[in-house]
Amino acid sequence: MFAVFRDLIRYNAEFTIGLILVGIMVVFASLSFFAPMDPSLIYMTIPDQPPSAQYWFGTNSRGQDLFWQLSAAFKNSLIFGITVAVLSRIISITVGLAAGYLGGWVDRVLMFINDIFVSVPIFPILVLFYFVLRNNMDSFTMALILACFGWPFDARLIRSVALGLKHREFTRHAVFAGMSTRKVLLEEHLPYVMPIVFSTFMNNMLWSIGMEVTLAVLGFTNINNPTIGTVLYWANSHSAMVVGVWWWIVIPVILIVMTFLGLFLLAVSMNEYIDPRSRLRRMGA
Amino acid sequence: MQGYLYFVAKRALLMFAVIFFGVSAMFLVTYLSPIDPVEQVLGRLSARSNLSPEAIAATREALTAMFGTGQPMLTQYFNFWTRLLQGDLGASLMAFPTPAMELVMRGMPWTLGLLLSSTIFTFIIGNLMGGLAGYFQNNRFFKAFGIVTMGLQPIPYYIVAFIILIIFGFLWPVLPISGGFSMDVRPGWSWTFVFSVLQHSLLPAFSLVLVGLGGWFIGMRALVSNIVTEDYVTYAELAGVKRDTIVGSYVMRNALVPQVTALAMTIGGVFSGTIITEQVFNYPGMGSLLVDAVNAGDYSTVLAVCTVSITAVAFAIFVVDLLHPLLDPRVRAE
Repeated sequence: MFAVFRDLIRYNAEFTIGLILVGIMVVFASLSFFAPMDPSLIYMTIPDQPPSAQYWFGTNSRGQDLFWQLSAAFKNSLIFGITVAVLSRIISITVGLAAGYLGGWVDRVLMFINDIFVSVPIFPILVLFYFVLRNNMDSFTMALILACFGWPFDARLIRSVALGLKHREFTRHAVFAGMSTRKVLLEEHLPYVMPIVFSTFMNNMLWSIGMEVTLAVLGFTNINNPTIGTVLYWANSHSAMVVGVWWWIVIPVILIVMTFLGLFLLAVSMNEYIDPRSRLRRMGA
Repeated sequence: MQGYLYFVAKRALLMFAVIFFGVSAMFLVTYLSPIDPVEQVLGRLSARSNLSPEAIAATREALTAMFGTGQPMLTQYFNFWTRLLQGDLGASLMAFPTPAMELVMRGMPWTLGLLLSSTIFTFIIGNLMGGLAGYFQNNRFFKAFGIVTMGLQPIPYYIVAFIILIIFGFLWPVLPISGGFSMDVRPGWSWTFVFSVLQHSLLPAFSLVLVGLGGWFIGMRALVSNIVTEDYVTYAELAGVKRDTIVGSYVMRNALVPQVTALAMTIGGVFSGTIITEQVFNYPGMGSLLVDAVNAGDYSTVLAVCTVSITAVAFAIFVVDLLHPLLDPRVRAE
């Protein structure tokens, strides 16, 4: 495990950059545990102060120190992304492995459901959820809804790997040795799909945080809970760009781009790690 | 021919399943929600004006009849489908008494135009560049192009649209950033109107293309760089087949088959992106309508937009799937 890590850092610049970017964001986000004030309170400092030694990222028109505000926002958004990714991974591993190994009508039914979930446009449905739930829609409810829609692409990917594993020698040995189906899937097949699970984990986080940003920017979430999206929502509703409080928009956008690029690079480089041909090409063999 | 018909039938079944599932999910969400649409509308009405208790009672009755709430679930579900098939989802509340469907149909051409043009552009440019980058792996231009598009790809639609809005709205105002056409142009089939529409659609479409390019580029490059190592390509090169023919008909064409399948799978996501982009650029399509309807608490219009978008996306996926056999003769022969 450690050797893999070292090789990735040495030979894969994308992985290194991604790791550094995500590392910075994780440290920044965890700083919010030491925040001197509750990030949801307003008018705690002088409003509209540009970035300075005292306020590193400036303060916004609601009298919040943007440094601590953004730190809390990124913490909440990252936790949100991880929740969605973990929940949807559970569904996609179960469906993917079961469909691939069991085959037959189970496979056909599961893949049919899978195709339906791929095709339904998620955004109108999310807006509908907000429309009927209004302020009852907290970030955990939203994470649950997104997890219900975030699994099908990856389930198909896992299934295609599981299909190949099914006819391998060791699977037959395990079955003859009397292993139950559940055990075969969890102990024999799961380790093979773990690299895919990790790389899709990042992609899924990107997708869910992006969805959250979009909904929040339109004001379709609990806007008093600081997240990446709600910071932008408040900046927009105070017309930050027009009144000249540019740091309220520019700094969050830079941080968002850093986070997304970092996660994306990690996902891409993990994908390369899964495919040994491209790994060899990079190492110059 | 029979294989083709079988394929079409299978895809049509999927389309109807998607519509059925999506609409049923919509019904369930609204049915199980703790909030009653009638009370919500009443709350909005009485917040703005003083109504007598009798008037409120009468309105409540009228609204209950209109939404069909208060009946058993299955009856409501059945009624919902009947009304849907008739294309009647009730009157919109924010533009009373215009039917909600009419509002949706007004926004539809804008959204479709934006979605179609940006999807086609993205697909063609992304795949062409990706294919060439996969074939000419040491070309500097394609490498740089790849880095730029891959850098843009993970960023959410909203942020990209927003950055473009800031650049073209504040820093370098050359293109219109809001609306579907200029205020002083009369809608119709005149040259000025068409020009104005095109001009206004440039920035929204551009932002959609920017986000979409990376995915196609990466996918196509990976596919092509695998195909290039196949024996038949080496054989064609040794046999002296022209390079254009190899790239065009031997490599790219084969790589295009999985990409068309992927196209069908991404339409739902692109549709969500279109809705968001419309909102940023204040474009008069279904996305802006949806946001306005939610903010106005307009129950019928929200439902109408959701239904129409689910149906439209399912149909679009069906159409793209029909293209599949044209590229892949195996599907026809099956």
